Amino acid sequence: MSSAIGRPRLPEEGRNDTRRRWPEEGLTRVPYWVYSDPEIYRQEQERIFCGPAWSFVALECEIAQPGDFKRTYIGDRPIVVTRGKDGEVNVFVNRCAHRGVQFCREQRGNTKEFVCPYHQWSYDLQGNLLGVPFKRGVKKKGGMPPEFDTKQHGLRKLRVAVRHGVVFATFSEETPSFEDYLGETMLSWFDRVFDGRKLMLLGYSRQLIPANWKLMFENIKDPYHASLLHVFLVTFGLFRADNPSHVQMDETGRHGVLVSRKGEQKKTEDLSDMRNFRENMKLNDPKLLTPVKEFPGDATVVMQTLWPNLIVQQQSNTLAMRQLVTRGPESFELAWTFFGYEDDDEEMTQIRLRQANLMGPSGLVSIDDSEVMQFSQEGISSYPEEAGVLEMGGSGREDQDHIVTESPIRAFYDYYRQVMEL
Amino acid sequence: MEESLKLRLELEALYADYVACLDDGDYDAWPEFFTETCLYKIIPRENFEQNLPLATMLCESKGMLQDRVYAVKETSMFGPRALRHLVSAIRVTGQDGESITAQANYAVLQTLNDEETKIFQCGRYLDRLVREDGKLKFAEKLCVFDSNLVSNSLIIPI
Repeated sequence: MSSAIGRPRLPEEGRNDTRRRWPEEGLTRVPYWVYSDPEIYRQEQERIFCGPAWSFVALECEIAQPGDFKRTYIGDRPIVVTRGKDGEVNVFVNRCAHRGVQFCREQRGNTKEFVCPYHQWSYDLQGNLLGVPFKRGVKKKGGMPPEFDTKQHGLRKLRVAVRHGVVFATFSEETPSFEDYLGETMLSWFDRVFDGRKLMLLGYSRQLIPANWKLMFENIKDPYHASLLHVFLVTFGLFRADNPSHVQMDETGRHGVLVSRKGEQKKTEDLSDMRNFRENMKLNDPKLLTPVKEFPGDATVVMQTLWPNLIVQQQSNTLAMRQLVTRGPESFELAWTFFGYEDDDEEMTQIRLRQANLMGPSGLVSIDDSEVMQFSQEGISSYPEEAGVLEMGGSGREDQDHIVTESPIRAFYDYYRQVMEL
Repeated sequence: MEESLKLRLELEALYADYVACLDDGDYDAWPEFFTETCLYKIIPRENFEQNLPLATMLCESKGMLQDRVYAVKETSMFGPRALRHLVSAIRVTGQDGESITAQANYAVLQTLNDEETKIFQCGRYLDRLVREDGKLKFAEKLCVFDSNLVSNSLIIPI
């Protein structure tokens, strides 16, 4: 929660059920209470993050060797991802089955077993309970009841799906296969970056953004802001409303993809609306913006949003998973995992590391987004009874062959409302 | 003894000038603390400790530092803020004929509108300095920060 001093707050009293009623306009409005209401947040954890959805948890290259583990979250629930002795990937809760201690404290590492520090219950790499000290008591006194069965007291395990080096997990038994969950269109975009080549971990960036998690998805699902907010992108032609672009969704509307092609740094008639365009801006060191073509087709930017916690970023040669970790209704961690391919040569790796300057907490592009999300939250929080307007590109939620649209946000909320029964 | 004392004083003055330049918003002067072929990185501790190459901010030349300055001044959109860099425990960790390696702790305090002052980041500088026309310049400056989590955006260099 941000702790701004002196921010006016409406009193809780006097609010009635009308504030949980979605505005009559439907898809073209998003009520501001969805970004701050603690009860909505609680329901989201239950229905969305613990519901029938595949959440991104790791890249396989982060846990390459048997015994490797990674500590992360789904929604705000702590989990651990491991590679077992058998080479299989396991995901279980980071919560001791005894008294609830979050036992795994290191971000990454390698281990033979997990031992809870409190009473030293120990677990194997699959999350099975191995042993409980004093199980038979001390000097024939105390101990667990004879019927205590360690098999019944393992860590809660999650279902796991691995596709082309990317690990997803779900709490729900009802989640369909990962392939069916993505659908044909989204799967083919996913496979464009994850084509089966082995991935190489380049590093992490993490930022705590004082805003509701859905604002991050909206930001990527709203390609129209990029031509206006991001002077850097527009000026260098990396992303512009007049470049050939399109948006696509899966059938449900929960996933989406934004596809665009690089244009030139030139003035056109469409630029009259892009007041931030700088025709004469030149980099002192142009190395930053010398992208190398590496994917089939002519798209140079593909940003894929996968319900409920992932954005796959391909902007020029910078590749990253942006994982959303919720931290209450008005805050989320954006965890960036930058990667390349194992067969990249040294020069290609350097190009990726250099272009990473565009993204992350210091991104020449993404700074604008993290700042504007904070501004959004600070405007929205105090006015839960108001609603945002989403009328760019019409009122539908269909695919469009341009980016002057908010259609993907409407599709997202169409699905969100079904899941949340709002 | 006298030589090392002189160097200590020189470094104290250099770090003081460096952070004053950033705190005062005199960003155009910031690249002048570096050599033409410098390397500047801000890295989270986890990447540094795990030998992962990704930096939060990476500049591979003075030109790239100047491009960062241009972005801060002209292209980036961010809320108004005041920053204060505190540097302490400066020490020389190595010295040969060509360059000096030095370390220092830093803390950056950030004050946003409607908020009390908060510690934005703390970490250490791992620096390599060389002499150009008698003046010490940073040939390499690594800012390794302790909390892997950045409080929203890291806009102004450290």
